[in-house]
Amino acid sequence: MNEDHVPARRRLWLYLLGALVIAFLVIPVLIVIPISFSNSTLLEFPPRGYSLRWYRALLGSVEWRDAAWMSLKIAVLTTVVATPMGTAAAYGLHRGGFRFTGVLRMLVLAPLLVPVILTAIGIFYLYALLGLNNTIIGLVLAHAMLALPFVVVSVGAGLRSYDMAQERVARSLGATWFRAFRAITLPQIRLPVLSGALLAFISSFDEVIVSFFISGGEYSTLPRRMFNALRDQIEPTIAAISTILIVLSVGTVVVLEMTRRPARRE
Amino acid sequence: MSEVATGLNAAGIRADARRERNALAGLTSPTFLVLGLLLFLPVGWLFWLSVFDDTGLTLENYRRMVVEPAYISIFRTTFELSVLVTALSVVLGYPVAYMIAFLPPRAASICLTLVLVPFWTALLVRTYAWLVILQRRGVVNSVLMDWGVIDEPLQLVHNFTGTTIGMLHIMIPFLVLPLYANMRAIDRDYVRAAASLGASPTATFWRVYLPLSVPGLAAGTVMVFVICLGFYITPQFLGGGRVTTISMKIQQNIATYFDWGAASSLGVVLFVVTLAVFWGFSRLFPLRRLTEVGGP
Repeated sequence: MNEDHVPARRRLWLYLLGALVIAFLVIPVLIVIPISFSNSTLLEFPPRGYSLRWYRALLGSVEWRDAAWMSLKIAVLTTVVATPMGTAAAYGLHRGGFRFTGVLRMLVLAPLLVPVILTAIGIFYLYALLGLNNTIIGLVLAHAMLALPFVVVSVGAGLRSYDMAQERVARSLGATWFRAFRAITLPQIRLPVLSGALLAFISSFDEVIVSFFISGGEYSTLPRRMFNALRDQIEPTIAAISTILIVLSVGTVVVLEMTRRPARRE
Repeated sequence: MSEVATGLNAAGIRADARRERNALAGLTSPTFLVLGLLLFLPVGWLFWLSVFDDTGLTLENYRRMVVEPAYISIFRTTFELSVLVTALSVVLGYPVAYMIAFLPPRAASICLTLVLVPFWTALLVRTYAWLVILQRRGVVNSVLMDWGVIDEPLQLVHNFTGTTIGMLHIMIPFLVLPLYANMRAIDRDYVRAAASLGASPTATFWRVYLPLSVPGLAAGTVMVFVICLGFYITPQFLGGGRVTTISMKIQQNIATYFDWGAASSLGVVLFVVTLAVFWGFSRLFPLRRLTEVGGP
């Protein structure tokens, strides 16, 4: 059915161009996968032979394992810190009514607006004074700060499509504020909260520049380690770790699409 | 909560409302404590460092930027790269968003997923992928040579071209996503009305559809441009030392020269330019949903 009076023939160029651009976006990501299964040190495409050599190298390397474990730990802790904090802030800012509400609503987005490199050297400078460089708490706090806007924006959007009167009813019937929030509001905004948490996790897991300044050695995160590896030589071990990360990112997209679906039905 | 309470229990109600407001403000305090300590304080400090050195107030750091050719060329590179990548993102991203907006739901959701997968893939992974594809004996060169299109491998990476390609790959989704969100909200009746009044498809697009998609386009464009200004990783790896952006110079000033004044003054300029671009765009266009799409 063509409801827009433009014959399909005339749209052909559009589909062609659109398909080309999408190919440009997707193919480079996918090309890494076969290379990771190659059996030679050469970065050939398509590889002449296949093996699990680079995955074995990855699993056998203490450095990569430690970096992956470090990243996972930091990302989980970041999510645990940023999600409740950001949710509380989103709730407070949504209800508002106190002084500077408008200004604070803008300021909460600041981590997205300040160039990352400026944030990174600023935190590096601060941590040098406080002795927090190369510490887990330092990394988690920095990543949580960077993740806060994602949680606040996501939960804030959820609260805008939620009817706050329900919570007021619960409270007028005798529930404490916290109980009313937990029993009535939270279940209804749980998908935005979850997608905020997921964004916080990914933003920490992928964060390169701040980690580059404030972590190193045994505290290197996975992106920090990849950064060094890319600088030294580009061998297929990185393809193997990349393939794992690509699988994770595809998983993320699927989960996010699932959490967004109910909102579309309204 | 703003209604004025009257009657016998007015004072009590007002006190309750005040308590509630204070509690709401309290809920936001951990977030702003973290932002204050880890963002506003250190960035403020860097502002200070950029204008004060051991001898007192100095504008030397800023003077250097306008007179030293090395700095001028860094600004020019960063600006040229950002303008080029933004323009290409608009030219290539608009048709994608437009196509997805007119596809049937199932096909649209597949295409959207295909745009989102690279968006969510780690930056370093994509940088690595482009190194593999574009290097001397990389995928593109070997395919072109096998087909006999070229005899000598093309220099596609470790230069401006490679950096542009890598950045474009990262930025296109940032343009497509807000634009698509905008297009989905456009009422098709406008398009049908234009057609029924005799406008050609071309005229309908240029005079009805395009203006309606401007808020999303402007939001995407400003987002892309501002992120481009701050790029560090991609030019670092795909530029091969031939491309130096402001962010890279900031890192060099810290890591190589320990020159905090020079680094922070560049950071301040980058930040101020970022804010100015946002401000300028928001004056010119109604930026809707600017913050609804975000990424690492």
